[in-house]
Amino acid sequence: MRDFKVLNDAVIKGDIKTALLEAQSALDAGANAQDILHDGLIAAMDEVGERFSKGQMFVPQMLRSAKTMQECTKLLEPFFQEGDVIYKGKVLIGTVKGDLHDIGKNLVSMMMEGAGFKITDLGVDVSPEKFAEKAQEMQPDIVGMSALLSTTMTAMPRTIEALEKAGIRDKVKVMIGGAPVTEKYAQEIGADSYASDAGSAVGKAKKLLGVD
Amino acid sequence: MIIVGEKINTSRKSIEEAVEKRDAAFIARVAREQAEAGAHYIDVNAGTFVGQEIDYLCWLVETVQSEVGLPLSLDSPNPRALSEAMKRHKGEPMINSISLEEDRFQSLFPIITSQPCHVVALCMAQTSMPTTVEERVQVGSELIHKLTGGGIPLEKIYVDPLVQPISVDTGMGIATLGAINRIMNDFPGVNTICGLSNISFGLPERRIINRNFLALCIAYGLSAVILDPADKQLMTTLVTVEMLLGRDEYCGNFIDAYQNGRLA
Repeated sequence: MRDFKVLNDAVIKGDIKTALLEAQSALDAGANAQDILHDGLIAAMDEVGERFSKGQMFVPQMLRSAKTMQECTKLLEPFFQEGDVIYKGKVLIGTVKGDLHDIGKNLVSMMMEGAGFKITDLGVDVSPEKFAEKAQEMQPDIVGMSALLSTTMTAMPRTIEALEKAGIRDKVKVMIGGAPVTEKYAQEIGADSYASDAGSAVGKAKKLLGVD
Repeated sequence: MIIVGEKINTSRKSIEEAVEKRDAAFIARVAREQAEAGAHYIDVNAGTFVGQEIDYLCWLVETVQSEVGLPLSLDSPNPRALSEAMKRHKGEPMINSISLEEDRFQSLFPIITSQPCHVVALCMAQTSMPTTVEERVQVGSELIHKLTGGGIPLEKIYVDPLVQPISVDTGMGIATLGAINRIMNDFPGVNTICGLSNISFGLPERRIINRNFLALCIAYGLSAVILDPADKQLMTTLVTVEMLLGRDEYCGNFIDAYQNGRLA
């Protein structure tokens, strides 16, 4: 199997130029686009997420790595065959009702995407009804909710209720996060998982779905 | 520079525990420490107690005001909590905060116009957070017009331009600074206020970033700030920058800080 170390390092460093050259040369040498995506890009983003969670990397570096991955993915796209891209899972994500903060939610989306999940982002101020309606429509594996305010995080249990009412609570896993949110709160409101940052969100999501 | 002491906030673990146990002595000590370090207002926030916020906030108001003779910054987005806390407050409180979000504005406006108070006007619109200088100025101006229209004098309005992390968008520092500058120029007499720590989210050594950002904010015209007045390095930056900008007659505050061992 081809060694993707240089490509991995370029993604971790956020060196777009080197990463694109490496991805191109891998394609030229006949490497499979799917292998490049998985072993070259996703593997590197997993490392980025881990380092971020440990405080060894910081938000701007994470953004740079994600940007590098996106550029490389664009390069690979024409080479994917139908059915080539297998997602780790489908994630429906949004900031809850009454809350307009999107930074944390965007970072989580970005890292989940980088890890190979398919993300549908509903934006901010998403009502419980909207979450439920979209979840019915899209049949995601995970519903992710974000809140920055202690006053808005109470929309989380209301959203879980809406999922129950719509009859889809048992078909999805619910993940929550945001500054005032805690593991304890997640348990209290009956969410399936809590993540404290964008890096650990990826690990938690994989664990929920039993994928790696 | 008007200083609002930020430490009595239940999102800090020691405060949350003290509030839960109704440890009045602990809260009084934190209030006293901030007052002695130069705070003009003491912020009180019980936001983490969902469902019990009103009781706890009222208790904080009474506890802090029985220790220090300062007005408080009543910190909550919840109109009912603010209304109850105001009833117990002695003197003119600072209400932290109102925004253009419709429900919040509609329910809070009658409360803040019913008795004299100072008010923080957060540059948050109905549907989104502002990103540019222009958007901040637009939301801030609209709030100023509405509040002055309700009889609140310009001098009692503190526009918070909303600080967002530089780590996510390197334009966020200048967006806040530009907004401070424009608002102070467009509305002579109004105040601008902000917290500092959002700027450094996602980066290491946050305190270094926060204190340099404070210097820039002051230079761009910021007239009030929410911070930890017991942070000696931060307060050193504040007093030094004020002097350098010609706002410290005979350099009196700076020398006084030196002679009292407050510089670091």
